Parts: sequence; structure tokens; C-alpha cells
Amino acid sequence: MGAPVNEPNGVPRVVLSARGLRRDFGGFTAVNNVNLDVHHARVHALIGPNGAGKTTVFNLLTKFLQPTDGTITLLGEDITRTPPDKVARMGLVRSFQISAVFPHLTVLDNVRVALQRPNGLATQFWKPISALDGLNAKADQLIRSVGLDRERNAVAADLSYGRKRVLEIATTLALDPKVLLLDEPMAGMGHEDVGMVAEIIREVARERAVLMVEHNLSVVSTLCHHVTVLQRGEILAEGDYAQVSADPRVRTAYMGTEEA
Amino acid sequence: MTLTLDIEKPKEKSPVVAQTVFLGIGLALLILAPLFFYPVFLMKLLCFALFACAFNLLLGYTGLLSFGHAAFFGGAAYFTAHAVKEWGLPPELGILVGVAAAAFLGLIVGYLAIRRQGIYFAMITLALAQMFYFFCLQAEFTKGEDGIQSVPRGHLFGFIDLSQSTNMYYFVLGVFVIGVAIIWRIIHSPFGMILKSIRENETRAVSLGYSVRNYKLAAFVMSAALTGLAGGVKALVFQFATLTDVGWQMSGEVILMTLLGGIGTLIGPLFGAGLVVTLQNYLATSEFPVTIITGLVFMACVLVFRRGIVGEFYHSRLGRKLGFEHRQ
Repeated sequence: MGAPVNEPNGVPRVVLSARGLRRDFGGFTAVNNVNLDVHHARVHALIGPNGAGKTTVFNLLTKFLQPTDGTITLLGEDITRTPPDKVARMGLVRSFQISAVFPHLTVLDNVRVALQRPNGLATQFWKPISALDGLNAKADQLIRSVGLDRERNAVAADLSYGRKRVLEIATTLALDPKVLLLDEPMAGMGHEDVGMVAEIIREVARERAVLMVEHNLSVVSTLCHHVTVLQRGEILAEGDYAQVSADPRVRTAYMGTEEA
Repeated sequence: MTLTLDIEKPKEKSPVVAQTVFLGIGLALLILAPLFFYPVFLMKLLCFALFACAFNLLLGYTGLLSFGHAAFFGGAAYFTAHAVKEWGLPPELGILVGVAAAAFLGLIVGYLAIRRQGIYFAMITLALAQMFYFFCLQAEFTKGEDGIQSVPRGHLFGFIDLSQSTNMYYFVLGVFVIGVAIIWRIIHSPFGMILKSIRENETRAVSLGYSVRNYKLAAFVMSAALTGLAGGVKALVFQFATLTDVGWQMSGEVILMTLLGGIGTLIGPLFGAGLVVTLQNYLATSEFPVTIITGLVFMACVLVFRRGIVGEFYHSRLGRKLGFEHRQ
């Protein structure tokens, strides 16, 4: 795996941006003054020690949490007060730290649920379930793209942890999002799955922006164009992996042991 | 490439056949039942079975525990009774009035309750249902403690005399079959799929762009309307509508029926309702206290077969062999 290459024609456009993002829980400030720009066709990593506020930032950006202060812009539109389902419909789709599948539905149904709304097949309570068969071709294509073909008809709860994460990525991709937020997509995965997911993310990021929380620094170094380091809710450093990993503050705060 | 575990399940052998056979036997039994049982008892059973199925649409398939469904059941009974007795509407229209009233009530209660989740949701539905109970106690048209008495059954479509209990039974059976068919259709529809996904993982459904509240509200109104169908028919069967049907005990009873039969199975609530109604009927004339017995049955159910009667059957080897599936 080679190092990520920057776009030849300058900096790609910003699709998701946050300014002065802040969130208080009672008296505790979990996220403070976070400025973030996520670019089209780039993989952006959000790293930092446990409790740094990475997941809170994710929840704020996807509107599962309301920011106490600050603004968020998605594709030029202010989404600071937009509900999470609307944000998803606008093209900002997230995955979760703890795998979020529909456990008692089959792999196929999991993907089809994601496809139903964009294809206008979500509110028909008078139509038979076979009305959804029209989505099978698209669903199978997504299932194949993440290598789940053999588990197509298995119930999601029976999948291994890594396979569930892969399924979650497939359902996320089903929405054809413009911005993807992946919360530790490789956590708990076996080695071979990590490689495959990295490949999927690389592929996906050709036409989309990806922001991911990741602990696996070798993945970050090979996959991500841009790294933001968070510590105690604030941005500690920013830049490409080489810049960030050379930063002495980052080394002491987070990577000290990782860099030999 | 990657290694994958092959855990795909072998295709079940035509479960449709077994299920159709069961359905046919069930229908045949219901058609022949009045030859062996007292029709009013059977009609009561069907009303409660439909009530429980409608309730299960919400609890079993959307994951919402309402503790106020008596308001829709008893409310529809009042409205149907009033429409038939005071306005002189034919029974079919009277029932539709009850259904519309229950749906409207469901819209209000649902709109207020779905803003909260879990126990708070249940408590809000209970509180609103209690408010409706006191409305019924005080309102003029409900006749307070007396209830609306001697409601005429009338003539269905103007020519079928429902005062004959055989005619009435088949009318009730027809409504029951239509009601259950509607529920079946809703569950096995694109919309039903979204309801299941909300039950399975609400946050994920939101992150896929579903406005979960709207789906929950729609399911709530549908459940309330179908509950109203059961309540309206019950008012005609017994020819009265009283406070018993709007009380919180009734809301508890339907939860009991659904749990006993099996949450999330279409016909489970049917069996649960059958069991509870039968127990009530037979114990009413004995010296055993009904509530204690049903309470004991309930405890036994929760401790021994948590999936409910039908749920356990589906989960058993035989049930799975026949191609039934039970997903909690």
C-alpha cells in the first residue's frame, strides 16, 4: 500500500465543515472550539487518546447531539439545527462505534432497508413484501462489493463481529452518501478484514469525502490524506500523517510509544 | 481473497404449504365453532383476539409498549354505540365511526407519546388514557357509570338481521378475518420492514435517513384504528359500552394476552386472548378469584416460556421444521 496521493489540481472542495464546535455535558466541556474541514475525495482521520471527544464530534456532526455552540455546514448548507434523519437524507451518513446492524434481519434485508427510502419503497403498507424484490440487484451488488455474498441470507446476528462491521459499511454505502463518517470501522476486525475494509474505503473515497475515527495508526498512515489529532476535546495538531507524527506535542500526548 | 464462514441457512422446504394448511384448519374451526360453543363467548373471544393482534402490531413489530390501548378499545365502543343508538346509523357505518374516533384519538395520544421512549412512552400513554377515562366518566353522551345500554345491533347492509346470534357471529368473524388480514399485510409490507428495522435498531434507522417519529406515529394510528375496530364490534356484540373497556385494567389485560400468546408472532395474541377470555369465562362462575389465577398463569408464562405459547411453538424443533420463524 503506497502513501496517499494528493489531488493533482490543488485542494479539493470542502464538503463538511465545523466552526467553533463546542459541547457541554453539565459542567464538563467534552468538545471545545473544534474547527474541521472535510474535503471531497479525501480520507480524513480523527485520532486521539481515549476520551478525547472523537465520538462526541461524530455525534455533533451527524446531529445525534446538539452542539452547545458553533456551526456546521454540509455542502454549503447550515445544518447546525437540522435533525439527524434529515442530515442523513442530505448525504451525510455515519456508521457507529458499536456495530449497528438490524440483528434479526438477514444480510439482504439489512441492505434493502437502507435502499428502501431512496427508492421510494418505505411507506407502502398496502404492498406485499415482494415489492422489495426490485431492490435485490442493487443490494446484491453492494453485498458482493464487501464480500458478503455467501452470507447473503444469513441473519445478521449470526455474523462474526468483523462481518457485521462490513455489513454496516454496505448499508451505509447503499445510501450513496456524499460524506461518510466511519467511527472506528476496523475495531475488532480480523487482519484480513482490515485489509479489505481499507481497500473499500480507499475505493469509496474516490468520489466521496470520508471522515474516520481510527486507532490503528498503520491504517491511518497508509489510507488517510489528512489527520486531525484531538486531545481533551480540543484540536492538538493537524496536517498529513508525516507532519502530525513529527509534532512533539502529539508524540508526547498520543503517539509517544507508537513511534520507535 | 478473504476467508468467509459459510453460515447461510439451507432453504426451508416450502413453509408456505404448512402455513396454508394451518390457516385453513384455523378458519374451518372458526366457521364450525358456533356448533359447539356459545356464540357470544366466541364473539367476545374474536373481539379480544383482534384487539390483541392490533396491540401486537405496535409492541411486537414496532417495539412500542403502549399502556393506554383501552382508550382506543373502549373509546371506539362508546362512539359506535352512540352512532348506532342515537344517530340511527347501520352497524357497518357505526363501526366505521368507532374506527375513525379511535384513529383520531390514536393520533393525539401517539403524537404526544412518541416524543419519549421506553417506560416514559408507556407512562404517557397511560396518563392520556386515564384522562380519557375521566372524560368518559364525566361526559354526557357516555352516560357515566351506566354506560350506553341496549345498543341495537341493527341490520347489516340493511338486510342481514344481526340480532340473530348466528348472523352476528359470522359478521364478527368476517370483521376479524379482515382485521387480521390488514395487520398481516402491514407487517409484511415495505412499511412493515421499516417498522421492524426501527424495533431492531432505532438509531441506525435514523442514521439511514428515516424520520422514525413519523413511522412510529403511523404505526400507532394504525394500531389504534384496528383496536377501534375490535372495540366497535364488541359494543354491538354485547349491546353496551361501559367504563370497563376504557379502564387501565383493560390496557393491562391486552398486554397480558399478547405476552402469553407470543410477542411478534401474528397469531400469538390470538391464542393469548383465547386463553385469558376462556379463563375469565370459566372462572367467573367458580369460587376461584379470576385475577389471581390469570396472574399465576402470567407468572408461569414469564418464568417458563418467555416467548409465549405460539412463540415457543415456533421456536421448537417442530415449529422450525414447519418453516415458522420467530424473531424477537
